[in-house]
Amino acid sequence: MAAKLILSMDGVVLHEYTLNKERMTVGRKPHNDIAIDNLAVSGEHAAIVTILNDSFLEDLDSTNGVMVNGVQIKKHFLQNNDVIEIGKYKLKYMNEQKGQATAEDFEKTMVLRAPVKTQNVDTTMKTTQVNLPPAYAATGKFEAAPLQAAVARPVPVAQTAPAEKPPAPPSAAVRPAALQILSGPNAGKELDLVKNLTTLGKPGVQVAVLTRRPHGYFITHVEGVVYPTLNGKALDQHQHQLNDHDIIELAGIKMEFYFKE
Amino acid sequence: MNIQEALEIVSQTHSGMVRSHNEDSVIYDASCGLVVLADGMGGYNAGEVASGIAVSVLSTEIKHHLESVRPEDNDDSGEEVGVALLRENVQKANTSIYSAAQSQPQYAGMGTTIVAGLFYDNRVAVAHVGDSRMYRLRGETFETITRDHSLLQEQIDGGMISKEDARLSKNKNLVTRAVGIDAEVAVEMNVYEVQIGDIYLLCSDGLNDMVEDEDIGSTLQMLQANLPLAAGQLIEMANDNGGRDNVSVILIKVNGDFAAPRSWLAKLLSWFKN
Repeated sequence: MAAKLILSMDGVVLHEYTLNKERMTVGRKPHNDIAIDNLAVSGEHAAIVTILNDSFLEDLDSTNGVMVNGVQIKKHFLQNNDVIEIGKYKLKYMNEQKGQATAEDFEKTMVLRAPVKTQNVDTTMKTTQVNLPPAYAATGKFEAAPLQAAVARPVPVAQTAPAEKPPAPPSAAVRPAALQILSGPNAGKELDLVKNLTTLGKPGVQVAVLTRRPHGYFITHVEGVVYPTLNGKALDQHQHQLNDHDIIELAGIKMEFYFKE
Repeated sequence: MNIQEALEIVSQTHSGMVRSHNEDSVIYDASCGLVVLADGMGGYNAGEVASGIAVSVLSTEIKHHLESVRPEDNDDSGEEVGVALLRENVQKANTSIYSAAQSQPQYAGMGTTIVAGLFYDNRVAVAHVGDSRMYRLRGETFETITRDHSLLQEQIDGGMISKEDARLSKNKNLVTRAVGIDAEVAVEMNVYEVQIGDIYLLCSDGLNDMVEDEDIGSTLQMLQANLPLAAGQLIEMANDNGGRDNVSVILIKVNGDFAAPRSWLAKLLSWFKN
């Protein structure tokens, strides 16, 4: 269940540590939880504070500093697969907590009994506890992790990869599209549809909204007595998908929808 | 203007794209200005049972009481009746859920979050427990007016983690308070002034976990002329982004003044006070 740190040097795995304490220290002196006997490592070099499923790394004013994924840090919120560098040593942070729970189980809300303490928290709901897979142990190591995470999550989810931001932007895969205004004072102008929602028209008179969704662009009537027309046909209250070169007419202005690629 | 004319209320709930059943419950009563949203938790259908009990206790009890008392009056202890009604009935819901969970093994451990609002006298009293939220759009400003009772919120408050990093946390789903899991519950109560043009949003975490606050706010801003469409659009956005949880919304738009009617004596007294 708990997250792990895998210590390696020059690609050779030296040791594996489970983050099973609220605070663990890394340093040269033997009393550290993760003791690395090397002169480039300060006596007490860094600390890792773990609260349930989240871990935070902190540089304890070490002489040579701490890098995470190649960037010098003072304090850092660790994400799965982060690589901590201390001198020539690397510590890889592995936290597959939710990546392997089944879709049914993951992210169900649980209750923490107050007062909130770290570790061994009494989660009151047995029925809703996240089922953890049989240890992602021995075999799991480095390469297997991203693959397993991907299999366990049918939907695009962000937490597994450090660089992503949840929720995954739905628009990433949508073909770029634009509107060209065909009549009225702005005839000839082009409007790129770069936002998830674009409203057209005059508030209080006639407004329609164009929505950009993972599977295409849609138009919906928002307000006004008169509904816009799509290829000469009046819209109803429902949304309608737009096809390449559809003609929209709204408040007396004609415009053409088209895909840019 | 009476409350029913002053407020436009719509609600919508959806089980999402992953879950097979919907453990959220929503209810509103335009005649007394009450809105309630609950997000249940517990095995099998216990979550639905818990959230269902919560919304039905609040709506029936509060509606019943408001036939004989006025929410803007003060009760014997000097507290506003509207505030007391909300708090007492969340506690009553807590007792109902807790005793059902104690007596029926299949309901053991069930509980629910709750966020409820009672609009009266140009104000809204807000009760909440857990991580279901109330937001307000006023002019250009869109913000939460409830503070989650969650481990993550405590970490944010304690400076352990920044708001930006909070999105990456794996402790998102841990609430520190819930209705029905203990014999007692601490209900957070707040009262806010309401302005004409305000839009209030109540939602379960299935919305705010899947859609950024900024996108929720701009959607309300753009579609405020058509509240049912705005509600549908929010749910659609959560589902388009993965829809990993049940998603529910209640939207309240303030179209007019709903100051409580006062007797000539009360008017006179308040005139003297000023």
